[in-house]
Amino acid sequence: MANNNIGPKRVVVGAHYGLRDWLAQRVTAVVMAVFTVVTLVLFLGASDFSYEGWAGLFAQQWFKILAFVTFLALYYHVWVGIRDIWMDYIKPVGIRLTLQVFTILWLLGCAGWTIQILWRV
Amino acid sequence: MSDAAGRKRFTNIHVTQIIRYRLPASGMVSILHRISGALMFLLLPFVLFLFDKSITSEISFEFFKGYVSHPLVKLAILALSWAYLHHFIAGMRHLVMDMHIGLSKHESVKSARVVLIISGVLTLLVAMKLFGVI
Repeated sequence: MANNNIGPKRVVVGAHYGLRDWLAQRVTAVVMAVFTVVTLVLFLGASDFSYEGWAGLFAQQWFKILAFVTFLALYYHVWVGIRDIWMDYIKPVGIRLTLQVFTILWLLGCAGWTIQILWRV
Repeated sequence: MSDAAGRKRFTNIHVTQIIRYRLPASGMVSILHRISGALMFLLLPFVLFLFDKSITSEISFEFFKGYVSHPLVKLAILALSWAYLHHFIAGMRHLVMDMHIGLSKHESVKSARVVLIISGVLTLLVAMKLFGVI
């Protein structure tokens, strides 16, 4: 492989040739899967779909934090996946970088919204 | 790849061939994994909006109940349910294959079919629940 990891030919919008994001994608997936199962068990264990039951679940501090961590995992996971899509289909570096920056800002915005929703309950 | 030498050279197909091109089940699962992920990314604000309404107060919860009873909203939720189910189950397959289980061509096509069947059946159940059949 040509050494394009340094100098003017360095790919600044690439995948960093590393294991980190690949592993992060797996770890965040497991976090989300665990949260999904826990929530399904707790929620389906309750008798009916009422506001008290639903909001009561998220009113507990431990569940709030679990949900928050899961949402953070989700946003990291989304970043890795969407960046893969930009890298596969968008070749011009300028457009790709713009889309990547937009994706990061967008996900940060969603994270802020998530905090607001969770800590209002 | 041991059989790389005996294989035909890989070539890209033209965009207009995509619809007619018959993918193996593993290829279907792969591209649907990507499509479902992209769909959920695009609908992220919609999901947060629904979550917000469902949980903020009793008043917003009532609004949420009325809102999700609209057929078009139900369709969007069904699409999201499919995307989540497919992405989840195909992701499980990924994790299993990461552990070097079922990597052969034959086994991977078989597990891909299982993914398609499970996510299809579960989506059907969600659809029936959503539209009040069960």
